[in-house]
Amino acid sequence: MLQRVYDWVDERLDITPMWRDIADHEVPEHVNPAHHFSAFVYCFGGLTFFITVIQILSGMFLTMYYVPDIVNAHESVKYLQGDVAFGTIVRGMHHWGASLVIVMIFLHTLRVFFTGAYKKPRELNWVVGVLIFFVMLGLGFTGYLLPWDMKAYFATVVGLQIAESVPLVGTLTKTLLAGDPEIIGAQTLTRFFAIHVFFLPGALLGLMAAHFIMIRKQGISGPL
Amino acid sequence: MHRGKGMKFVGDSRIPAGRKPNIPKDYSEFPGKTEAFWPNFLLKEWLVGAVFLIGYLCLTVAHPSPLERVADPTDSGYIPLPDWYFLFLYQLLKYEYAAGDFTVIGAVVIPGLAFGALLLAPWLDTGPERKASRRPIASGLMILGTLATVFLTWESVEHHDWEAAADQGEMLDQEEQQAMSQVDTEAAGYQIYSDQGCISCHGDQLQGSGSAGPSLYNTQYDAATVQDIAVNGIGEMPAGQFDGSDEDLQTLAEYISSGGNPGSGGSGSGESSQEGSGDESSGEESSGEGSQGENSGGE
Repeated sequence: MLQRVYDWVDERLDITPMWRDIADHEVPEHVNPAHHFSAFVYCFGGLTFFITVIQILSGMFLTMYYVPDIVNAHESVKYLQGDVAFGTIVRGMHHWGASLVIVMIFLHTLRVFFTGAYKKPRELNWVVGVLIFFVMLGLGFTGYLLPWDMKAYFATVVGLQIAESVPLVGTLTKTLLAGDPEIIGAQTLTRFFAIHVFFLPGALLGLMAAHFIMIRKQGISGPL
Repeated sequence: MHRGKGMKFVGDSRIPAGRKPNIPKDYSEFPGKTEAFWPNFLLKEWLVGAVFLIGYLCLTVAHPSPLERVADPTDSGYIPLPDWYFLFLYQLLKYEYAAGDFTVIGAVVIPGLAFGALLLAPWLDTGPERKASRRPIASGLMILGTLATVFLTWESVEHHDWEAAADQGEMLDQEEQQAMSQVDTEAAGYQIYSDQGCISCHGDQLQGSGSAGPSLYNTQYDAATVQDIAVNGIGEMPAGQFDGSDEDLQTLAEYISSGGNPGSGGSGSGESSQEGSGDESSGEESSGEGSQGENSGGE
């Protein structure tokens, strides 16, 4: 039955190449920890993706309760954490995932660098990967403000001060992020929310798609 | 496989006219022992993911995510700290030649060079050699960069006063909040408290402000001790803070030792009396705290 459905769709849309890219291909020996235990370093990229999926799912559930305004933001997080069933788990996973994803993406970057996997013909995929790293740091920075507690507020004040110290574009950057050249308040929170929930995840999904398409197009780099 | 020019498609679609049978690459075409991704390798990957997820959930259960009290932009005594993965930059900006007049070096030049080099690594290291040991300059710079980042993060963690940081952001529990709401800002003692500048370190509700000054609304000192501290200082509080008449000093000491509520006779028994003044001062609290009642009522 399943095979007949597949064939029916395949006849019309030619999905076999996509299926081959996603599932029907070989995993070479040198990246398979079952053959060489040291190949576990090749897991970091997959684990980064795994945490990213968890971040997206837990984030979607968090927005069911979170209110991005300065009066209710802190209350809504407190309510979510204290009163909502499994709220503390969902927020905990999003909180710890934010740190773990940075650890994993950093280890993945080191693995790719020290195995020389960024060399021709994979230069573009390296650039896309570094851009994903920057987007992740941006997500960490904007997400930190959202609970609107003391450490969130003052970390953002410091972060925006650093952005402001950049010559020429500093004040513009700060105004763009905070919504005002001086005040860090209501506008800053809504802007950080928009950046954290719409702009950066959009960029992240696009970059990840490019990252994976390029991997399948070029195949995994050979053994050293 | 036929590609490019001369390839025939169905209509203007991307479907090739001639259908090719889907035969996967033979195992013998790969070096070494290969394994099918679906389902063999994916199952093992799933196991790694499951073990990882268990560790992740243990972390979540053992350390609930922190939440400090609601942001108060007027609290100038709060020592800020970014999330740990920005600490290296935060620490870098503390060094003499990367801060002050040289902020541009710490905030733009050094991070710009480091991250720029990371982004453009494929064009900086163009040799065909892939082994890390055969390209010592590239590997050396990467190791140096990693060690520098680790060192800066370590230094930042070392220099931060974690206990003070935990105290300064702590959420007040119900009892403390009530004690604070009893603070009488109409009393003569409060006027002196404000005029003498105590307010700048100990807050407008005697709540203290982070590391600058402790809270006073539930102080354990009696009036005589408070008088002594106001004149001679204690711990980090310097001597000579009070500059006024002995009479004022007496009023101030009584006011503070009573927890900002002189009519009640002490901070411990403050709940029983002075309902009126408690209500008045709670109306002057920040908007965030004021909204707590109505919000939790709605939920």
